[in-house]
Amino acid sequence: MCIAIPGKVVGLEEDGAIVSFGGTLRKANLDLVEGVREEDYVIVHAGFVIRKLDEREALETLELIKGAGLEIH
Amino acid sequence: MMEEAKAGLERILLAHGAGGKMGHQLIARHFLPFLSNPILDRMDDSAIMEMEGFRFAFTTDSYVVDPLFFPGGDIGRLAVCGTVNDLAMGGAIPLYLSLSLIIEEGFSLEELTKILSSVQKAAQEAQVLIVTGDTKVVGRGGADKVFLNTAGIGVIPGNQICISGSNARHGDRVILSGSIGDHGIAVISKREGIFLGEEMESDMAPLNGLVQAMLRASQQVHALRDPTRGGLASALNEIARQSQVGIIVEELKIPVRESVQGACELLGLDPLYIANEGKLVAIVEREASNSILEAMRRNPLGRDAEIIGEVVADPREMVLLKTRIGGTRVLDMLAGEALPRIC
Amino acid sequence: MKYIEEFRNIKLAQALSAQITRLSKRPLSLMEVCGTHTASIFRHGIQDLLPPTIRLLSGPGCPVCVTASSDVDKALMISRMPGVILSTFGDMMRVPGSYGSLQEARAEGAGVHIVYSPLDALHLAEGRPNQKVVFFGVGFETTSPLIAATLKRAMSLGLKNLYLLSVHKLIPPALRSLVSSREVKIDGLILPGHVSAIIGSGPYQFLAKEFRVPAVISGFEPLDILQSICMLVEQAEGEEAKVQIQYRRVVSPQGNERAVRCLEEIFHPVDEHWRGLGLLPNSGLKLREEWREWDAESQFDLPTCSSEDPPLCQCGEILRGVLLPSQCSLFAESCTPDNPVGPCMVSSEGTCSIHYRYGRVPSHDGRS
Repeated sequence: MCIAIPGKVVGLEEDGAIVSFGGTLRKANLDLVEGVREEDYVIVHAGFVIRKLDEREALETLELIKGAGLEIH
Repeated sequence: MMEEAKAGLERILLAHGAGGKMGHQLIARHFLPFLSNPILDRMDDSAIMEMEGFRFAFTTDSYVVDPLFFPGGDIGRLAVCGTVNDLAMGGAIPLYLSLSLIIEEGFSLEELTKILSSVQKAAQEAQVLIVTGDTKVVGRGGADKVFLNTAGIGVIPGNQICISGSNARHGDRVILSGSIGDHGIAVISKREGIFLGEEMESDMAPLNGLVQAMLRASQQVHALRDPTRGGLASALNEIARQSQVGIIVEELKIPVRESVQGACELLGLDPLYIANEGKLVAIVEREASNSILEAMRRNPLGRDAEIIGEVVADPREMVLLKTRIGGTRVLDMLAGEALPRIC
Repeated sequence: MKYIEEFRNIKLAQALSAQITRLSKRPLSLMEVCGTHTASIFRHGIQDLLPPTIRLLSGPGCPVCVTASSDVDKALMISRMPGVILSTFGDMMRVPGSYGSLQEARAEGAGVHIVYSPLDALHLAEGRPNQKVVFFGVGFETTSPLIAATLKRAMSLGLKNLYLLSVHKLIPPALRSLVSSREVKIDGLILPGHVSAIIGSGPYQFLAKEFRVPAVISGFEPLDILQSICMLVEQAEGEEAKVQIQYRRVVSPQGNERAVRCLEEIFHPVDEHWRGLGLLPNSGLKLREEWREWDAESQFDLPTCSSEDPPLCQCGEILRGVLLPSQCSLFAESCTPDNPVGPCMVSSEGTCSIHYRYGRVPSHDGRS
């Protein structure tokens, strides 16, 4: 119900962040979040940043999943 | 006809022109009853006819793209490439084009000149001549700036080449000439103005040179389609239907540019359904597939060509996609309009 | 694309698939609530990676599908008013109301604009001071804070010609309705990742505490969904019931408190009619009294319409997971994506639309 995808902040302007999605750039409003900086990864829904992506958690999740693979063998 | 009567189809919707199921149904149910004949009924990209011992291909297309100018091209270039490509998809060498313009009163002469200059350049690239044409002007509001129509004639040399959407056979391989989604995303992004930065370019190009290179490598090309409106998915479905076969393609083999992928993810669109104007999909004899692939990769328009799948006997008239995680799903024809989604 | 591609890795998907198969002993019915999850499951063919003991049900988390036809009628009426533009997400264009859809209204000349963000509606209103722009507010907790932020911006700009027709809804009351009705056996819930990014995990605790249903807040990529299913199977096999967060890179237990505050400033919960679920208490959002002048329902003359679902349409049962689309007599016969009867076939995240477009794989008996 909620298409929102992760992108990288490549610029900050008065009315929002410039976010790159694989090279495609879109402006996203920052009214709903705090402390967003360049190089951060953010989740954008309908022109707004709704969350910062926690890169450490992302890596941990992948490690957990890789662990599942190791368990089998 | 029953469903439409039940739903009360009284008016043409935008979706009828999108290149998917609705458009096909409109033609099948409302046009063919008046126009049907053995040549038209084949419903290939161009009609192929035989006269006095040689074969020629004939096709027409109208161009109503909005915006008129976008990165990588404009309506003028599109009008030449689109028709040249339809001829090339029948294995024909394109020779002559007609050009008709319907211009809205008040349209800028400067823009018209730009368009005509693009037409000239594209015609030179494709090595075709514009030999006849027509110009009409309608009152303000009667057309959206300018509409173009081109019709084209080409010749199919010899009698070995037999390329038609109905010729795909069990065991054939499916080759895609390069990345998909470029043109449609370029147009959407220009029109909607939602993306910033470096503009995404359309892939618009005349494909007759590429096709001739393929045919020199092998004449065992069974079907060709340039996946325009409705995208690769619709083109494959058309072939599956016409040839009464099934087609299986692998998602991981289908090239998509990262920026196009990003734009699609953002808009909730699927690159498999987005228009391309400089790509083709070929169904070729299995043994010939590697040599044809090599010939394509040597051509500038086929550098990123990949074998993406194969033709099977069952399930008939269906296209299946092996997904990137190893699952299987149906790759249906485009239903309705490809509307961007948020929710 | 970073943080997307890694979560689509085929080897890891197969590893998770093997683990689920190893852990799963008894038959389980797991419901994915969110339409975006249903779409992802079918687009990637995740069913093929699950053992036959796991059955996936689709729930009512498609805001387009649960919008009452009377609300579509209101939007249609507004679009036909002179000097008024209805701005909407593309998702709503083809939903049939009682007298046609917004797409058909546009073909007849009504003022309908597709937008990608509520901010587009604000810009539209700025650019056309002599016209009124009404935004058709559809969506759950992921979307409603955006509308709240947009209205606040509009107010600070002194805009006087922007309005909201709110049919926004809340997910937890729908979940409560599903698990308490016991109409369908639900052994575990895959909870919506982006709604939860906003509201956190707190509002779901009742599922575990009151109803002992395992629940996992899941991301949308194939590995997210597979890992969530693995976590649910672990809980079910271990006779546990708790709310876990799989989508930890985006969802924290507290959620996005700033967004929630913004939402609460503008909206208040009301009882709302959901197609398929009926009237649910405190499940909809309407504008607070202080924001009345922005509210399309008070500022425009809209007669109350009654909500009638098309005869024979079984979207209701499908939204509750009671029936599969293939069990509806209209499915793929008189109800198709090109000629939809009900909203589940219209929305690209509607269960019926997804089953029709992706699910009718000939070898998949019983799933489509």
